[in-house]
Formats: sequence, structure tokens, C-alpha cells
Amino acid sequence: MSTRSFGARIRRNIDPKLLRGEGSFVDDIPLPSPLHAAFVRSPFARARIRSVDAAAARAHPGVAAVYTCDEIGALDIELPQLIPHPSMTDPRTQRPLARGDVFHVGQPVAMVVAVDRYTAEDAAALVDVDYDPLPVEVDLERAVMDGAPLVHATHPNNVAAHFRQVSGDPARAMAQAEHVTRIRVQVDRSTAAPMECRAVAAMFDAVTGELTVWDGTQAPISVRGALASILGLDEDKVRVVAPDVGGGFGQKVYQFYPDELLVPMAARALGRPVKYIEDRRENFIGSSQERTQIHEIELHARRTGEVIALRDLFLHDTGAFIPYGIAIPQVASTSIAGAYRIPNIEVEFRCVYTPTVPVTPYRGCGRPQATFAIERALDQLAEELGLDRFEVRRRNLVADHEFPLLRSGLLFADGLPVSLDSGQYHRALALLAERLGAAGFAEEQELARGQGRYLGLGLAFYVEGTGLGPYEGGHVRVHPITGKVYVNTGLTSQGQGHDTVFAQIVADQLGVAVEDVIVVEGDTKAFDWGVATFASRAAVVSGNAIHQSAALVRAKAIAAAANMLEVDAEAIDLREGAAWVRGTNRHVSLAAVATATNPLRYAFNEAAKAATQFAPASRHDGPALRPGEHPGLEATDYYSPPCATWAYGVHGGLFEVDPVTCAVKVLRYVCVHDCGTMINPTIVEGQVLGGIAQGFGGALYERIEFDEDGNPINANFVDFLIPYATEVPPVEILHLETPSPLNPLGVKGVGEAGCIPVGAVVASGIEDALRPLGGAPFRHVPITPSMIHAAVAGT
Amino acid sequence: MSRGKIRRPLPEVSADPRIAVSLTVNGEALTREVSVRTLLSDFLRHELGLTGTHVGCEHGVCGACTVMIDGVAARSCLTLAMQASGCRVRTIESVAAEDGTLHPLQEAFRDCHALQCGYCTPGFIMNILSHFESGEPVDLSEEGIRDVLSGNLCRCTGYQGIVAAYRQAAARLALR
Amino acid sequence: MKPSLFEYAAPRKLDEAVALLAGDPSAMVLAGGQSLVPALNLRLAAPGRLVDIQHVEGLHALSVANGWISVGAMVRHRTLELSPEVQRANPLIRAAMAHVAHIPIRTRGTVVGSLCHADAAAEMPMLLVLMDGSVVAQGPQGRREIAADAFFQFHLTTARAPDEIVVEARFPVLPPGTGWAFEEFARRRGDYALAAVGALIRRRRGGPHAVALAACGIASRPVRLRLAEKILAENDFSEAALHAAAEAARDSVTAPDDAHATTAYRRHLLAGLLRRAVAAALSRAQ
Repeated sequence: MSTRSFGARIRRNIDPKLLRGEGSFVDDIPLPSPLHAAFVRSPFARARIRSVDAAAARAHPGVAAVYTCDEIGALDIELPQLIPHPSMTDPRTQRPLARGDVFHVGQPVAMVVAVDRYTAEDAAALVDVDYDPLPVEVDLERAVMDGAPLVHATHPNNVAAHFRQVSGDPARAMAQAEHVTRIRVQVDRSTAAPMECRAVAAMFDAVTGELTVWDGTQAPISVRGALASILGLDEDKVRVVAPDVGGGFGQKVYQFYPDELLVPMAARALGRPVKYIEDRRENFIGSSQERTQIHEIELHARRTGEVIALRDLFLHDTGAFIPYGIAIPQVASTSIAGAYRIPNIEVEFRCVYTPTVPVTPYRGCGRPQATFAIERALDQLAEELGLDRFEVRRRNLVADHEFPLLRSGLLFADGLPVSLDSGQYHRALALLAERLGAAGFAEEQELARGQGRYLGLGLAFYVEGTGLGPYEGGHVRVHPITGKVYVNTGLTSQGQGHDTVFAQIVADQLGVAVEDVIVVEGDTKAFDWGVATFASRAAVVSGNAIHQSAALVRAKAIAAAANMLEVDAEAIDLREGAAWVRGTNRHVSLAAVATATNPLRYAFNEAAKAATQFAPASRHDGPALRPGEHPGLEATDYYSPPCATWAYGVHGGLFEVDPVTCAVKVLRYVCVHDCGTMINPTIVEGQVLGGIAQGFGGALYERIEFDEDGNPINANFVDFLIPYATEVPPVEILHLETPSPLNPLGVKGVGEAGCIPVGAVVASGIEDALRPLGGAPFRHVPITPSMIHAAVAGT
Repeated sequence: MSRGKIRRPLPEVSADPRIAVSLTVNGEALTREVSVRTLLSDFLRHELGLTGTHVGCEHGVCGACTVMIDGVAARSCLTLAMQASGCRVRTIESVAAEDGTLHPLQEAFRDCHALQCGYCTPGFIMNILSHFESGEPVDLSEEGIRDVLSGNLCRCTGYQGIVAAYRQAAARLALR
Repeated sequence: MKPSLFEYAAPRKLDEAVALLAGDPSAMVLAGGQSLVPALNLRLAAPGRLVDIQHVEGLHALSVANGWISVGAMVRHRTLELSPEVQRANPLIRAAMAHVAHIPIRTRGTVVGSLCHADAAAEMPMLLVLMDGSVVAQGPQGRREIAADAFFQFHLTTARAPDEIVVEARFPVLPPGTGWAFEEFARRRGDYALAAVGALIRRRRGGPHAVALAACGIASRPVRLRLAEKILAENDFSEAALHAAAEAARDSVTAPDDAHATTAYRRHLLAGLLRRAVAAALSRAQ
């Protein structure tokens, strides 16, 4: 291969169409006379439904149908619990339409289908639901107290799950500790807020019996499985397509949102295409959220700052239901010791039902909370022992020679013990210190204080277990007419650039241009083996599967070309879309090779004609295909990771806090990041930068506010503050590349990395800035101006 | 649904009264009958099939639906189609050349990885383009650029690539 | 998130518009729509009739004459903001308007629309109060001028009668030598102010000085900080006077704790912004 595209900063294949406004998001797909759905949603956090009267809505002009739980047949069920775990008792999940009770504001009670969304909303307002409101408790700590109102009568103290894990011998280590630091930290409820809200459209073809569903989901294969089984259709008659999807960040992997099942049901029942385009308010009250956790963490240390044991007890808010089981707190609890050696760990959590939107992973998935806990605790330990914050980390970071570092007893989300596989943690910290100018900062800070300015430095390390299994597949095929390469995998893309990074992997194997590799994802008709896009797993799991498939196609192409050019396979070089005899000008195009490997060939074009001028691609006697031989240049292979591979990084920033306005200004922000071997550094940076922006959201701005009745009072973009360009600082990124020893490409995931440490960095920096004012510590994010004022004013 | 059951006819159009609106969209003068409550965003997308204009919040905060009305950036979700009567509306579909060649601003977005999911992108392009075409001075400081970009939300990129694209496009278009 | 159905009218004559408004008690005036259309989309407003005044003759004028800046009902924010004449006559206006939402909102939203919406945290109503401006309303009974202080009654509530259309707002031209300043803090660029302070100062030899201070975001309507004005006017802007004025201003904060700010923080913020605004205005005063 002359030029390697793997590792290069290559522009994305998908961009031109998106830039021209030619993307195909669900609501952009033209359907013949579609009907539009709107939902009647509970205005109460917890209530009993006395009656539902839909007569007026049904009679409203332009209405095609109104569904309550009584009219949805096989869909009137409690939806499946997706990730079972023995720590849960009788896990509760939601029903497509409420029956008897509602458990959060926004829960769907009825669905209206009408000629347009305007009319559907008119009719939804006419559905008369008689509720009997019940008492609620939304505060996480009060919800577990005796006597608190229950979300589900079946679950005393609202506890959905209780789990404890131990690594090493914490009791013994704690007895030997010379110093103990204890803090309580809190991270609040947030939401992914993808720019495109969720969307589902469905069309049923009565002639073929095929149901086609366009769903802005991260997991179309699972959605197809559910639709087929619940609606009683053959899996092959259900096609689920995730077209262009406007951001996901975990929210769109939740299965199953009521609309994903009800809209296809209605399309089939009514014989007309039906679409549901979620609006922004519905995204706030109907689509899953994450983050609230309260940790009480203890570091048991030697006087040197070496932490010999960690204990963490925390509460995790799971919302009204627990469809994903303990996935989030399990990730949090196993990430709690971060990048540090800490050999003895005891971690215990309770998942708590609250009458709020169900909680499922949002980019970060428990890691921002765990990182906030350990990093804030380390800062506090440094303060108590009079150590520098960099130094206390140096004394605890895993050294290069200590990899893999196994935390036996701590089972990660893949069910396997945590094993930090590789990294250069010390080097990363040193790079950060150098780039930030940490050594000279104290002086700068002192100088600024003389001018009445309050500067602070903050930092936080993080680790991220990425690339979870169980598996993904890759299908690679060279098109015989054009020579273009088609690639399929079971994933979906919400902007991550899979189409380009996977093309880079394949382009190198087959010696073709990246633009000539066409990646099609998210269509169950194209490829339907696989899991979904989540947990920073695409590059690791699908990347390696596609790599293996491409290697198989490469071997086939070389063998066929060698036959055609009548040379040994070793003499063949694949480059520039052709197979060349090394050191000569003799070559045959890949399209011709693909044509020649098909025993039935029509001369549709020049490549096909050219193919006839060469010797046969396959040399054997007998029938056209030798036993075991497949026509064409095509292969499918699968990759199943042995366990998670751990990426890491360290962020630091310089901040200025204005004690008058309580504004926080970010003067510098530096990210040192290592996700193993990079396929495309530009795309890696895009992931990191986007994550950091969301991290700033979580650090300073974004919090779902509930009133005491459980009503979200800022369910809109005016009051839920997503940062604009003016609120996100320029970020300096430094890369380290420590290959993962666990997969052939040496890659680790990067999707969630950016957002993980930002809250801890910002809190650390604000605290540092305000230290001379004697302020209280910052252990709760997002940090609002009012919190800064309270900390400084001592109120 | 049970076989043999005769389906009752489904409604085809809403009962809303419709009135004519005449305007120019991407240089083409047209008249359509619409319900008076139709938002310009829905009119462009569903009546005219110009689905490049995206809808992100329908309360004017995210900027995904930004188009140009009489040459200046405006939220199509906060404008009734009727309000655009007699106006010149320009959408993302008009930015690239007829043959699909990207405008220097679009090219810059691609070069600088200024888009990921691409949902907010048309709104950013229309906002920046209207600023570039306004004849007002273009401030190329970090703060100046970010100020123009504020008013459009992006959830994927962290804005850094968009700032770089703005700078590159301004340089190519020789704006200052 | 779509509007409910309404009747729509786009009259060309003002009396026609007033008659349409008077003819339906639930009718609302539509100008730029940047506050009204979101309310329609969220169905927080469901008028039976919308009277779109964009084609009404005589509402598009912006003029500076006889000591007043006259802003017609259909003058967009951006037009006022970019007018060189206005900038010469009253530079505080442009400084404040940079804080009004974002450019693509200011291109459509009207100044008078913002005044009539009367959000207690909005900048334009506060400017009108600060400058003792006024609005002119046209109703079936004729025209009347309403002083800013009387116009803004409560958050989202004005003295405009339901059948009146505000046809014009009047901001004064600043007397020569007036120092001006606008200080605002919002959590994000373009958001409504957590608090903002406007200041106008004219030094008078031998005092008392002419001092006007107003704030928004702190109460149920934009307010003049009268006590602080008096303290500063009579005490020559001494450090003690500044301190006393800032302390006095704290009591003007009546907004309860909300999702964005506590009352205690708003008091602290207002006092701080006031000091900054006075300092900046003094530096510009001659």
C-alpha cells in the first residue's frame, strides 16, 4: 500500500450531502399521505387514572384514530427488562400506554393519529383523562427514607436494586490507614438533548406484508426483533431503518419507547403511513435522562498520600422505571478508583425509583459521577495532607509497568472484572502539567490576586472502559460493475463518522480510495447481525470485525488477481483500485477482479469486458464454483472482544471567577487523551471536543429542575441551558497513542471520553480560585452562580 | 385488523381554512394554499419538500431552522408562513452551486470537521452566510466569531470546528 | 408543539387593525412574533384572532427629531441597533441591545413588541423606564401616550388595553455630556438577564447631579433604583456614596428564588452591577 489512510486526517464522506441540506432524517423522508401522531401525556408525577374519555377527540375533524391502553391489543404489556441482574427485585418497566397508574410527568396515556400534527395536538387536548393525584417525593435522599411516598407500592423505600462489590481486603487496609478523607458529592439530573428529537415513521405494505419502520434509533436490530415478536410478524417482513440521525448520546438506544411500537402498529392497522416526530418539550418529559447520583466516598491513605483503600456508598436515581437494570451505577461503581492503583475497594449502591422520566445511559454513563467523586476526594486529600494536587495523583497513578491492572471482584458492565489494559498515565499527567504551565501558575495566581482577580487551576483524570461486546459483524463486498466497496455493519451512526473511519480501514486493505468505500449502516435489510451503537464500542467492535472481513476480501482479491495475471500471489500489490504485479505496469482493476470472480458475467461495462482479457480468476476443474468457493469478492466476519479496553485521559483548565457576578471564565482548557491507536485523529478530536462541550453543560449549566410535585419546570431550551459557542472554551488537545493489546487494530473507544472529567476539572478550578475568599468546597454540579455566591458569602 | 373488515375511510386533509400565500423561495416565485397557522418551517419542509431546513426546538432557541428572510437570518419556526407573504426566503438548498459544488463556507465546514450529525448545520450555514452577506464588518477574533455563532446550538462538535470553518471561509471569501 | 387554530388578518390600515382587535376579546397583535410565536407553539397563548400588523401603513418609521427617538411598531430590533443616527443620539441603546437574544431573533423581533411583551427581565422595557420614555397607543377611542413607569405593570402585563395597538415607542436623545452604561449578567449569551443595570449620569457643577439608574431581572417589572439615584446625586459619587447606593439597591430585589438564581445572589449581583455601571457611566460623563 502506497499511502495508508488508517491514522490519517481524512475528510468525511458523509459531509457533502449533509452540507447541501440533502440529509435524510426521519421527518425528511417523503411518505405518501402520512398521518401524524401526538400523545396525551400525564401532567402528574404520580396519579391513578380514574377514566379516559376519548370520544370528543375521535369525533374531531381530521382524526383517524385515538388509542388508549384498551385499543392496542398485544402492545398492552409491561415492556421487557433489557439487562437483568440479581441485585434487582421485581424490576419495573413502562407500558406503551398507561394502564391504571401514571408514574411520571410526560408518561403517554393515549395516542392520537390525525392528518397533521397540528390537528393531532388539537385532538390530544380533547382527550379527557380523570386523574387522582398521589403524593410524591423527588428528592433522592428523602425518597429512601421510611414513610416516603412510594413510586411502586411493591418497592419499600423506593429501592429498585442494591449491590455491593469488593476488591482486595478493604477492611484490613482501612485499619492500617494513617489518614481518612471523607466527602459527599452530588451530580444532578441532565439530558442528552440531541438536536434532532426522536422520530419514528412506519409504512405497511398490504401486498407484500412488509412493515418498514424509519426510526431515529441507535439500535434498529433490536427494535425489529421487538416489533416482529410483539406484532406477531416474521422478522424478515419487518425492516427497521435508522436513517440520518441527529445525535443520540445514548438517549436513542433506549428500547422501547412507546412510539417505536405504537406508530408501526397504527400504520399497519390504518393502512396509511404514520409518523411521530417528537417535539422538544416531549424530548424533555418523554425521553430518557441520566446523572443524579449522591456519593459518600472515603479515601483511606498513608501520610504520604498513597491511597490504600476506598469506600464509596452511593444512591442512583433510576427514574420511574429500570429498563436498563443497574448498567449505569455498575459502570460508576467499577470506575470509582479511576486511574489509581488503590488495591482495596468497597463500593455499594442503591438504585432508587423516583417519579420522573426513566433513566438510561447518557454519554458518560455513570463515569462523570464516579470521576467527580474520586477526583474531588483526591483534591481534598491533597488539601488535608498539604500536598500538591498533581503530586497526590502521581503517588497513586498506575505505572506503565503495572499494566494490566486487575481489580478482581469489581465486575464491569460486561460481567468481567475490571482490568486496565494499557496506558501511560504518568506521561499524560506530565504533559498536562507542562502544557498548562502548572509549575508557574501559583505565581501567576498570586499576581492576579494582587489585582483583585481570582484565578484557579483545576484538573481531573479519568478512565473509560470501552468497546463492550458481545460482538459486531462486518460485511465487505467489492461491486463488480464499479469496483466500489460496500461495507455493512449492525451499528448506526448519529454523526460519529463511522462511514469514514470504517472506509479508512477497508481502503487500506483493498488499496482503494476512501471515497470509494461506501458504508451502509442502520438498515436491517442490509445487515442484521449485531448489537447497536453505544458504550464507545463502534471503532473497537465493528472496526475490528470490518478489518477482519476486509482482510478476507483482500486475500480473495489477491488470489484471483494472481490467477488472472498468471503470477504468484506474493507478486500482487493492491493499490489505486487495482491489482498490480509488483515492479511492473501489469494490472487488473478491482472491478474486473470482482467481475471475474463471478462465474456468471455479463459485460455491462468496461471493467467486465476487461475481465475477459485475463486468465480465469479461479483455477480448477469441474463445476464453475469449486466446493466451498463463493462467487464475487465478498466476506463477512465477526469480532467479539475478550473484555473492555480502557481509554483514559487527563484534563486541566485555568479559570477566573468574578466574585461580583459569580461568572466563571475559562482562560485555558487542555485535554490529554489516549484512545489507543487512532484511525482518524480529526474524528477523534471531534468526539472529544463534543464531549467536552457536553461536559461544560454538566459542569456549569444543565440541570433538569423538578418542583416538589415532580413537574420538570425547565423542560425547554430557554431554561435548560445548553451552552452556545460563547459558553464553550477553545480546547487544546494532546494525543497519546498507547495501543490496546486486546484487539488487532489496537484501538479503544472515544465516544464518551470528553464529557467525563469536565465537572471535576471545573469544580477543582473554581475551588482553587476562590480559596483566598475562604469559600466552601464545590462538590455538586452543575455549579451555578448562586452556588458560587453562597460558597463565598457563607450562606 | 381482521380480514374482511371494511376499513372506514380515513381523513385526507385537516379542517383548517386555507388561504393563499405568495412568496419567493430560493429565487422561485410561488403561491400555495395553506392553513393560516402553518409555520414557515413546516411550509418549507412539508409543502415545498425543502427538508434541509431542520426543526430543533420550535421555540426559537436552537437556531436549527434558521433561513434567510429578505436577506437576513431568521427563525423559520418563529415565523408563520403567512408572515413571509411577499418575502424572499432562502434556504440551505440554495447555497451550493447547481451542480452540487459546495459553497466555500460549506467546503470550510467539511475541511474543519465542523459538523457531525449534520442536523444543526443548515441553521449555522444560513446564519453565518447572512452575516457574511450583510456587508457589516466581519470580526475574526475568537470572541467575535463565537458571538455570531451564539444563537445556534450544536450538540456534537463543541463548536471549535465551526469557529475554524468560519475563519477559513471568511479568508477564502476575503471578508474582513 | 404547533399553534392552535386562529383567525388571521393582515390589515393595511391602522383603524382597520384596531377594529379587528376590538372585535375579538381574545385577539392578539402579531408584529415580529419572536415572543408570541413561541407562546403559540407551546400553546401558552391561544388567541381566537391574530392581527398581523406588518403591512399596516405608518408603523415602520424610525426617526430622531426634537429630542426624541421615535420607534414605529414594526421597527425591528436590528434596525434600531444598527442605526447610526440612533447611535449618535443615544449610544446606550446599541450597547444594551447587544444583550437582546441573538442576531437572528433581533432581525425579526420588534422593539415595540418587546415592550408590549413586558418580560420583567428584558432589556428594552428597562431602557424605556431608565430614560423616562413612553409609548403611544392607538385604540378605538383614539391615541394616548403612556409613560414608561405607568406602562409596565407586572411581568408580561402592561397598561395597554386589549383593544389598543402600541404604534410607537419614544426614547429620549441623551443630553450632551451624559455618561451612560449598561451592565448585564446572564448565564448564557443572549439569555434574559439574571440582573442588568442601566445608568445615565450628568454631572452638574455644585450638584446635585442628574442620575438615573434602572434594573431588570430583579422584580416583577423593570424598576428605577430611586434611592440609589438620590444617594449618588447628592453625594458626588464618593466611595461611601457608591457603597450606600449599592446597599440601597439590594432592597429593590423582590424576585423570589428561582431555577436560575437565588434572591440572595440577585441582591449581590445587582449591587455589584450597579457599582460597575456607575463607574462606567462616570468615565463617559463630561
